[in-house]
Amino acid sequence: MTGDFYTWTIVCAGGAVTLLARASFIVLPPETRVPKWMQRCLKYVAAAVLPALVLPDVLFRDVAVGQAVNTYRIIAALVAMLAAWKTRNIFATLGAGMATLWLLQYFRPF
Amino acid sequence: MLLPVNNTRSAYFRGLSDITPAVVGLIPFGMITGAAATAAGMDPWLALGMSFIIYAGASQLAAISLLIQHAPALVVVATILVVNLRFMMYSAAIAPQFRHLSARKKWLFSYLLVDHAFALLSARFPPGDTTQTPGTKAEQQVKKNRDDYYFGGTSFLWVMWQISNAIGVFAGTLIPGNWSLDFAIPLVFLALVLPALQSRTHWLTALVAVTAAAFTTALPMKLGLITAAVAGVAVGAWLDSRAVPVK
Repeated sequence: MTGDFYTWTIVCAGGAVTLLARASFIVLPPETRVPKWMQRCLKYVAAAVLPALVLPDVLFRDVAVGQAVNTYRIIAALVAMLAAWKTRNIFATLGAGMATLWLLQYFRPF
Repeated sequence: MLLPVNNTRSAYFRGLSDITPAVVGLIPFGMITGAAATAAGMDPWLALGMSFIIYAGASQLAAISLLIQHAPALVVVATILVVNLRFMMYSAAIAPQFRHLSARKKWLFSYLLVDHAFALLSARFPPGDTTQTPGTKAEQQVKKNRDDYYFGGTSFLWVMWQISNAIGVFAGTLIPGNWSLDFAIPLVFLALVLPALQSRTHWLTALVAVTAAAFTTALPMKLGLITAAVAGVAVGAWLDSRAVPVK
């Protein structure tokens, strides 16, 4: 999969669908009729995709031998969510999450 | 948090400075994405090209992992689409604010649309803001400020993404693995999740999606993600259609 034509085509196709998704409502004339079911679905796409995207990386990445999930990451993620809720600040969220993970990984309390 | 943005140059730089926290989070993300591409055996030009052509980190990572598994082209493109479908939602929300732009600018601004830029613009310039009388010079100024603010933030983000990605591609092996820098990726998205959960239905959507994701991680080719997303959206849309409209 170095730099062959097949892979380039996939990348370009991926880029095209992504750009179309981004441009969709912006470039379409305002009077375009959007089916009701599509409107409803769009409302909830972020709420579904973002958590689903995050979950595997939090739960199942770098799991310690003998464990089912990465407990350190779960705790760090919860701390980060608390920080996000309280401060609404990306710095705080990132900092809290990474700091918690590093501390847990360094001290290994359990 | 809505502050008046006074003139063109300051609007651009305001956007730039406001997006800096997001940029800080996206730098490790970009580096890891670039490093992942190289580690997967991708040609450096392809890796850089991917970052430019697709310009969406989560889908880039998903695509890389699928390409390693020699997944069929259709599956890779479909996964990229599903992961990036949320951009369609942002597009719908932001479209009224870009209505006055030329076609070329619309496409440019669309290309630059990413999660944090959308969140920032929505916070700074809430849609439906009617403090300006339509048609007046003042209203035009607000629009121009908004455009420049958006362009300031997104152009900075774009440049930093390409640079971080390039660093990852060429120097990725230098990043110590035990720093767990890859945890920055879910964190960056976590910062966006809470604002996205605006109603009980949104919460239920997320719950369904997360549960489905947890149970489908064993599925090959990231089908778990597509399944979870579809399940979540289906439940959300269904609940939405059942809900009594609140006036």
